[in-house]
Amino acid sequence: MRVGVVTFPGSLDDRDAQRAIRLAGADPVALWHGEHDLHGVDALVLPGGFSYGDYLRAGAIASLSPIMAEVIDAANKGMPVLGICNGFQMLTEAHLLEGGLIRNDHGSFICRDQQLRVENTATDWTSGFAAGQEITIPLKNGEGGFIASADTLERLEGEGHVVVRYLGLNPNGSLNDIAGITNARGNVVGLMPHPEHAVEPGFGPDTADAMRSGVDGLTFFTSVIQRVLAAA
Amino acid sequence: MPTIVVEVMPKAELLDPQGKAVAGALGRLGKSRFTGVRLGKRFEITVAGHIDDAVLAEIQELADTVLSNSVIEDVVGIHVLEAPAGETH
Repeated sequence: MRVGVVTFPGSLDDRDAQRAIRLAGADPVALWHGEHDLHGVDALVLPGGFSYGDYLRAGAIASLSPIMAEVIDAANKGMPVLGICNGFQMLTEAHLLEGGLIRNDHGSFICRDQQLRVENTATDWTSGFAAGQEITIPLKNGEGGFIASADTLERLEGEGHVVVRYLGLNPNGSLNDIAGITNARGNVVGLMPHPEHAVEPGFGPDTADAMRSGVDGLTFFTSVIQRVLAAA
Repeated sequence: MPTIVVEVMPKAELLDPQGKAVAGALGRLGKSRFTGVRLGKRFEITVAGHIDDAVLAEIQELADTVLSNSVIEDVVGIHVLEAPAGETH
């Protein structure tokens, strides 16, 4: 099981995503934005960061990268694709996911351990969670406000395409407290919080049990491994 | 070189946190008659050769698909810059 992580100019969390994939039990494959080759991977992660300095719009220039032609083609054929933070922004810019991300309503960058509720456990990336499970993973963004037209929002809600929702505090003004969404097929998921930063005891969010022991993010990666192996 | 200007603004119904921050600063300077600021983008695109209808149509297409994201922004103006600043003819 091989999971590709695409590095763009300005990616920050590509190595963290690779590490999360390794800890979940798959082989991470480093992919480069300038190539037209997915190296035969079974799933893809578009990592967080500030590709192209967030110039033009966050994720916009990266969504036009050479490798995105192959990413879009693979996603449309059903390959699991996870976009984290800047990767989520790229997925909306590439029209693989609906809606868009705008600057946080309070105007500031925010970094915190964020509580979420998993609303959709049918996607390739969330099948290992219990329905309605509450999790905590780090969040860090300046442009994480999820918006969509009233019609799109109603459809996303009505068809169960909201994957994770902010609990306790809406950190960026996202409509309906939406933290992440999926496409109709459930193979493409984008979210602003960072599951790859909560995958190893000692380096995750604090929990009631112990400091930095939170590993709720690992389930995103173990879910996709089980899904791909089950389909093989 | 002939230049085409494309102007993009955040959608009117959306919160514009950058504009709001600028408006707040104006208020702190005592400029209370200026009650709102919206902040957008202006692209100046230089063109090799003449600007004709085909070029303008191409720019319109790029403005809608690359320079703006219709989910969050509107293209509010496209026009040819007649005398670019600093350029002598």
